[in-house]
Amino acid sequence: MDWLSTHAVAFAIVLPLLMAAVVAMLPNVKRLAWLVALLVAVFVAVAASVVLQTQAGLGEIIYEMGGWEPPYGISLRIDALNAPILLLIAAMAVATLIYAEPAVASEVEGRRSGPFYAAFLLCVAGLMGMVVTGDAFNVFVFLEVSSISTYTLVAMGANRDRRALSAAFNYLILGSIGATFFVIGVGFLYAETGTLNMEDMRSILANLDGGSRVAQVAFGFIVVGLGLKLAMFPLHTWLPGAYAYSPTLVTAFLASTATKAALYLLYRFCFTVFDPSFDYVAAVLTYIVTGLAVTGMIFCSLQALFQTDARRTLAFSSVAQVGYMLLGIGILTVAGLAGGYLHLINHAVVKGGLFLALGAMWYRFGITRISDMAGLSKTMPITTAAFTVLAFSLIGVPFTAGFVSKVALAEAAAAKGWWWAVGVIMVTSILALFYMGRMMMVAYFRDPPTVDGVAWKRNEAPALMLIPIVGLAILSILIGMRGNVFLTDIAENAAWVMLPGSGL
Amino acid sequence: MIDLYQINPGLWVILAGLICSVMPANSLRKALAILAPIFAAVMIFNIYDSTEVLAGQFEIGGITLTTLRIDNLSVVWGYLFCLAGFINAIYALHEKSWITDSSALVYTGAAIAGVLSGDMLSLFVFWELTAISSVFLVWQGGDRAYAAGIRYLVIQVFSGVLLLAGAVMYANANGGDFTFGYIGIDAPGAWLLLIGMGIKAGFPMLHMWMQDAYPKASITGTVILSAFTTKFAIYALARAFPGTDLLIWIGCIMTCFPVFFAVIENDLRRVLAFSLNNQLGFMVAGIGIGTTMAMNGVVGQVFVHVIFKSLLFMSIGAVMYRTGTAKASELGGLFRSMPYTTVLCLIGAGSIAAFPLLAAFVTKAMILSAAVEEHLWIPFAMMLFASAGVMEHSGIKVPHFTFFAHDSGRRVKEAPWNMLVAMSLAALLCIVLAWPWGGYELLYSIMPYTTDYKPYTWDHVVFQMQLLFAAIFAFNLLKRYKLYPAERRAEIVDADILYRRVGKNIAIWADAVWTRLSATMTAWRGRGMKHIGRRLYHAFSPAGTLSQAAPSGLPAVLTAAVLIFVLILAYVAGA
Repeated sequence: MDWLSTHAVAFAIVLPLLMAAVVAMLPNVKRLAWLVALLVAVFVAVAASVVLQTQAGLGEIIYEMGGWEPPYGISLRIDALNAPILLLIAAMAVATLIYAEPAVASEVEGRRSGPFYAAFLLCVAGLMGMVVTGDAFNVFVFLEVSSISTYTLVAMGANRDRRALSAAFNYLILGSIGATFFVIGVGFLYAETGTLNMEDMRSILANLDGGSRVAQVAFGFIVVGLGLKLAMFPLHTWLPGAYAYSPTLVTAFLASTATKAALYLLYRFCFTVFDPSFDYVAAVLTYIVTGLAVTGMIFCSLQALFQTDARRTLAFSSVAQVGYMLLGIGILTVAGLAGGYLHLINHAVVKGGLFLALGAMWYRFGITRISDMAGLSKTMPITTAAFTVLAFSLIGVPFTAGFVSKVALAEAAAAKGWWWAVGVIMVTSILALFYMGRMMMVAYFRDPPTVDGVAWKRNEAPALMLIPIVGLAILSILIGMRGNVFLTDIAENAAWVMLPGSGL
Repeated sequence: MIDLYQINPGLWVILAGLICSVMPANSLRKALAILAPIFAAVMIFNIYDSTEVLAGQFEIGGITLTTLRIDNLSVVWGYLFCLAGFINAIYALHEKSWITDSSALVYTGAAIAGVLSGDMLSLFVFWELTAISSVFLVWQGGDRAYAAGIRYLVIQVFSGVLLLAGAVMYANANGGDFTFGYIGIDAPGAWLLLIGMGIKAGFPMLHMWMQDAYPKASITGTVILSAFTTKFAIYALARAFPGTDLLIWIGCIMTCFPVFFAVIENDLRRVLAFSLNNQLGFMVAGIGIGTTMAMNGVVGQVFVHVIFKSLLFMSIGAVMYRTGTAKASELGGLFRSMPYTTVLCLIGAGSIAAFPLLAAFVTKAMILSAAVEEHLWIPFAMMLFASAGVMEHSGIKVPHFTFFAHDSGRRVKEAPWNMLVAMSLAALLCIVLAWPWGGYELLYSIMPYTTDYKPYTWDHVVFQMQLLFAAIFAFNLLKRYKLYPAERRAEIVDADILYRRVGKNIAIWADAVWTRLSATMTAWRGRGMKHIGRRLYHAFSPAGTLSQAAPSGLPAVLTAAVLIFVLILAYVAGA
């Protein structure tokens, strides 16, 4: 146990990385690749929860890879900010992999299922690595590991919809721009501080009182590069296509983890490498990040309203929800950051569940358009019920996860005196009511379509799909009812890591 | 454990109403409807200790709310509304309607909670809640009540909006203090508050909703409606604007003008709605005078008014329940078949006309005496005229055309027992609260200021009797020479023509214009949307620029643009 708690961090990255190679080479036996991948994900999730527990006890864990001390080697650094995200990624990987067995069989070309699981595990490893590493350049490496595997995963949707290829290519180009910007920023930062270890960067920058123009340029590149990765409003154009045409479980996994990991990096760099007490950091966060967040919330909610494709609607909604989290950063108070962080976790649960449910609908009836959802309350009652709960949660109905975090954000904004932001949160929640309500209306109030005079019969999703969907729906209600008990603490601890002095 | 005494007693009644809305068993609903007001009254009794009690404070968004305030003014309304809720519940026992039960309870509870709330924001919340919950009672009146209900709702909600706007202005000028106390006409936002309250209190020209909606509601609905909304507004006025000279004149006009309408109106429930308006005028005028005696008179008047007005509405309701109509032209001679109701209605009529030994005698005398003491001779004369008018339309016309006059030939059963019980309770209170030997002191005990006013002096009794007999004489004279407006099947149109005819025509015209405009707009929008859609298509679709292997496409340019902005800002801020 002691060994596990010491090495769990390394284990969580190395295991999926190695097993990805193994899975890729496995013989194409039915379900074998799936089983191995699922087992790996479960092990990783166990490791992540051990890490979270250890972190809760120690406060901060620094793990030196291969025993090399920080300035020379790469260190992994776990604190209250990234430990919960680590568990989130691992848990979502397990949820989507449970779901994957029937989904992959129908969505991905049969002979490619081995490589698919391999890419998936690589993606998990990359995301975990991004989150835990304490080394700025190492972040870039893992960012690329996860990104490149993601492009592959998106492109594998081509078996279902050829548009996945162009979406993946588009994502590749823009993702590469983002990663390049990021690494340019890290390069400048290295030039300024002479180190790649983020903790050392922080102390050096603090000594330099924000550093010279070089540090400012580095900050600009890093913010924009990460902004692209996390789909900050005008840089989100890769997202709807990628989310709409990739295999469902990939969409669900990406929506709940990839943008969140990038958002975590933004937290990490804005607050624990740079510091909002530097004028240029505060200015960029207050004016640009907040401005784009709010514009994105409104603009993308409207865009979601006009979509005909259900997954595109949810994809645009994701961009709008990222706006909420960025607004939490822009508020620059502990309450705001905690609210944003809470929304990050809640949104991962909710949006992951919604995409999984849509995938189940496609699996049974080939539904992608909203107008095709007619009568789903009769043909797929359980899936639709879970979808409804999650949709309520996205809207922010009381006693669901979305409500807790939206209220936390609104309170933080009000405490800062930003009443207009409270107004924007309200308006976009109402827009969410409309775009989700549109699907509900079709699903509940239209009759199932008839084929040759016979109405579609009840045809519920398979159990392996229902388990994660219903599980996430229940989780969203649990967070809504009891979220104040455990999640709020987690979010506040994370916020304290970001603003330790909290004069702001 | 939550301290029960921190909770506004009205909320219990609202809770009971909410339970009723999902309660399928009729008997349980009725039990709740009767018990909830009693429980609320007990809670008020336990909380109130004859000084001002403030409780239930909490802070939201930097504003301290005082959700419970019981002092010598609000406690009267609190008890009164509990009493009215109790009597109404008995009166509605026969009706199996969960909508009536639940909305009546929520409405009653909102009114109680409203008068017991100590700040303007809570007041606003309950103000709107009374509007929203009571509109269901109007709608219970059937199809023809639907439009009236909508008008009612719009006006009521609008009054709440004015109230909120005024409250915010007032609080802003007072450093964010939302405490609801004396405001006065010169305070910022006071005009908005006054108009908002005036709409609910039925100020002249703002009163139309009352005569429009009340007669169209269901039988029990009218009885319930007549008790709360307007008296709630009177409470707000008494709290915020005592001693405002303007109110004297508004009140006097309010007492006079409904007399004319009431005399020519055929629908007896509408007559009663006009007379309700007239009674409110006395209260508003009393608030305007604002001396201790006037305020005592107002409080007493409110208390007995709710009782006898309910009694009148209940008796006409009972008649309507048995005969199916409340039109004077279709009724008459009912004393043969509904003797108890007749007697009870006469007690109510005598009370509203201020016969000695009946309820309003004491309180109306106090308001009039207050006017005399302040040497307000013209208001005094106007109120005197109105008193005679009350006698005319409520004291004589209502019972006369219903139970006496020419025999309509209707032979119906006596009113149901529960209605009789409710009416008897009210009638008993009418008599007890004006009983010369100890009865009216009971009324004095709840008044905000101590008083030793003696209503039963010879000159006063004789003067009042002269007035009343003059009115009776005039009525007979007019009837004798066939000058009294005969009961005719007609609906008189009041100032509500402004919105019912003119407003409707404007709306129709605007609709026509809008239809034409929107056709053009649709074409424009269609063209615009098509354009935007095409642009979006070019950008986002699989065949669009973004997907054509064009790394230097729009998003890349955007990325660069954002980077430039960030760098410029960082450069400026970091200088």
